[in-house]
Amino acid sequence: MNQDMITSTVSGAIRAGTPLLFATIGEILTERSGILNLGLEGMMLMGAFTGFAVSYNTGNLWLAVIAAMAVAGLLATLHAFMSITLRVNQVVSGLAIVFLGSGLSGFWGQAYVGVQSPSFVNFKIPLLGNIPIIGEILFDRDPLVYIGYLIVPLVWLFLYKTRYGMDLRAVGEAPDAADARGINVSLIRYIYTIVGGALSGLGGAYLSLAYTPMWVENMTAGRGWIAIVLVIFAIWDPLLAMVGAYLFGGISVLQFGLQVAQIPIPANIMKMFPYLFTIIVMLFTSSERIKKRFGVPSALGIPYSREEKG
Amino acid sequence: MKKLFVVLVLLLVSIFTFASSLKVAFIYVGPVGDAGWTYAHDLGRRQAEKVFDGKVKITYIESVPEGAEAISVLKSLANRGFKLIFTTSFSYMEQTAQVAKQFPNVIFENCSGYLKSKNMGNYFGRIYQSEFLVGIVAGTMTKAGKIGYVAAYPIPEVVRGINAFTLGVRTVNPRATVHVVWVNSWYDPPTEKEAALSLINAGCDVIKSETDSAAPLQAAEQNHVYAIGYNTDMRKFAPTHFLTSAIFNWGSFYTKTIKEVFDGTWKSESFWGGLETGIVDIAPMTDLVSPQTQRLVKAMKEALENHTFHVFDGPIYDQKGRIAIPAGRTASDKDLLSMNWFVQGVIGSVPK
Repeated sequence: MNQDMITSTVSGAIRAGTPLLFATIGEILTERSGILNLGLEGMMLMGAFTGFAVSYNTGNLWLAVIAAMAVAGLLATLHAFMSITLRVNQVVSGLAIVFLGSGLSGFWGQAYVGVQSPSFVNFKIPLLGNIPIIGEILFDRDPLVYIGYLIVPLVWLFLYKTRYGMDLRAVGEAPDAADARGINVSLIRYIYTIVGGALSGLGGAYLSLAYTPMWVENMTAGRGWIAIVLVIFAIWDPLLAMVGAYLFGGISVLQFGLQVAQIPIPANIMKMFPYLFTIIVMLFTSSERIKKRFGVPSALGIPYSREEKG
Repeated sequence: MKKLFVVLVLLLVSIFTFASSLKVAFIYVGPVGDAGWTYAHDLGRRQAEKVFDGKVKITYIESVPEGAEAISVLKSLANRGFKLIFTTSFSYMEQTAQVAKQFPNVIFENCSGYLKSKNMGNYFGRIYQSEFLVGIVAGTMTKAGKIGYVAAYPIPEVVRGINAFTLGVRTVNPRATVHVVWVNSWYDPPTEKEAALSLINAGCDVIKSETDSAAPLQAAEQNHVYAIGYNTDMRKFAPTHFLTSAIFNWGSFYTKTIKEVFDGTWKSESFWGGLETGIVDIAPMTDLVSPQTQRLVKAMKEALENHTFHVFDGPIYDQKGRIAIPAGRTASDKDLLSMNWFVQGVIGSVPK
């Protein structure tokens, strides 16, 4: 591996990892509140479609991003209503969101196939961007990548260093105890399910507005599902999510680098590694003690109702 | 009561069938919004629809899953009085044959398969001829002598395309190499883009895409290298670096077939049409391509159309420099359909 190949792989890892990063961070927030939302793929698709459509019709990229987040958040609200208010099975509701999102985006998106719209371009950060190699890799990117850099430490600080973050974690770990302390469990779950959805919408918008600026049906091609795997990989921690997202991204890029360089490692084997690692993480976190230590949300997927507590 | 009901249904069905004109249906493997394979077929359907303007009723069903579901969709179409049904993917071949046996009065056409019966034909285009022509364009445009090829799956159809393309490149640029990366997917825009970027990073200055989306062309445009598309004319996605595209023109075949069925002259056949039938073509070249090259491409196109020249005329050497097709011979259709080796000039391998 020469220097060129390393630069292009790292740079590609960030590019390919960014949509995963947004969706994973979003799902971490949702799952930390105790709600499992498997609908990421559907919400990302709605985000990608809405972002593209708004950018095409208004030419305003930031408006497009906001709209993408809003629409994906709306879809997440539906999931929240089903799983928090109606207390239906969260897996079923999540899958419904996937089909709803891919169906609606495909249906409404037909008019936008094969057209061009404004898209995000790279913006070199003064000074930082001039550092050799590192500047090019990290600081000559599109604005959404920078948002990705910022969102990770911010969410981390929020989760572990603020009262709101503590409340969120409390709701996901022991909702009855949180309730007894006067925290509104349902409200918190609603908020973070919607915020999580909005972030996955941002991940989708990154695809259609920056990564591959176009709209085609099912353009997420399974990234929503990878993000769900990444949440486990990251043990519900935003910093590890960043590592995981860029690592998954890096591997998807490296497989081509290796092909071009005529290094015979089969692509299918390469693609398997992250999942293998995720399984190891799952085995590792299966013990109660370790779960506690890493703050795995123990109430994940369990509807909360006060009445049952008697 | 039950009898009356059955009679009523039969009556309704027959009225429905006789009252309407010819009813034609398409089943698609993907969404019409994929901008690639299914989109190209749908362009063809729309073209035929325009030609027959109301005289023929044409419908389509998109994203039909392969397997049992395809069978039930096909049966219900046949039951509803559709007389001509196109199944636009190899993956529907078995199902189409099975349903065709049960509905001898309905005509079926399966794309890219090989099964045939009295009421079922198959059709495909010799896209490798277009690949050869766009290869000539790539060969004249590359300065580095390195061309990147973003390929989907290592199957004979794709390998054949890569070989034809490379032969085209080497007719004008004997030292140029074609670098192949496998995406292992027909359709995953971001991954297709990464594949193209890896080729550009390795110094390729022309990108030829063979996957379904236009993402590789976008990668070329952003990095100021030339782009050549596939399936449909994709110039919009690389406005300043687009050269041309190897395209399918399903519309001509659909129009022809519908007309034959309408006139009652249809006969079951295995149609593998080349440039002369119009089912495959080369998209208009942009001004980036010199008039000289454009003339050469046109001349080669005519030679292919007249069969005075074939893409796989020997001598053709494989990657190791061994003779694969001797001088004076040309590859048979059987050779072409099972091609699993690369010609000289291709850098990459066919995974076994």
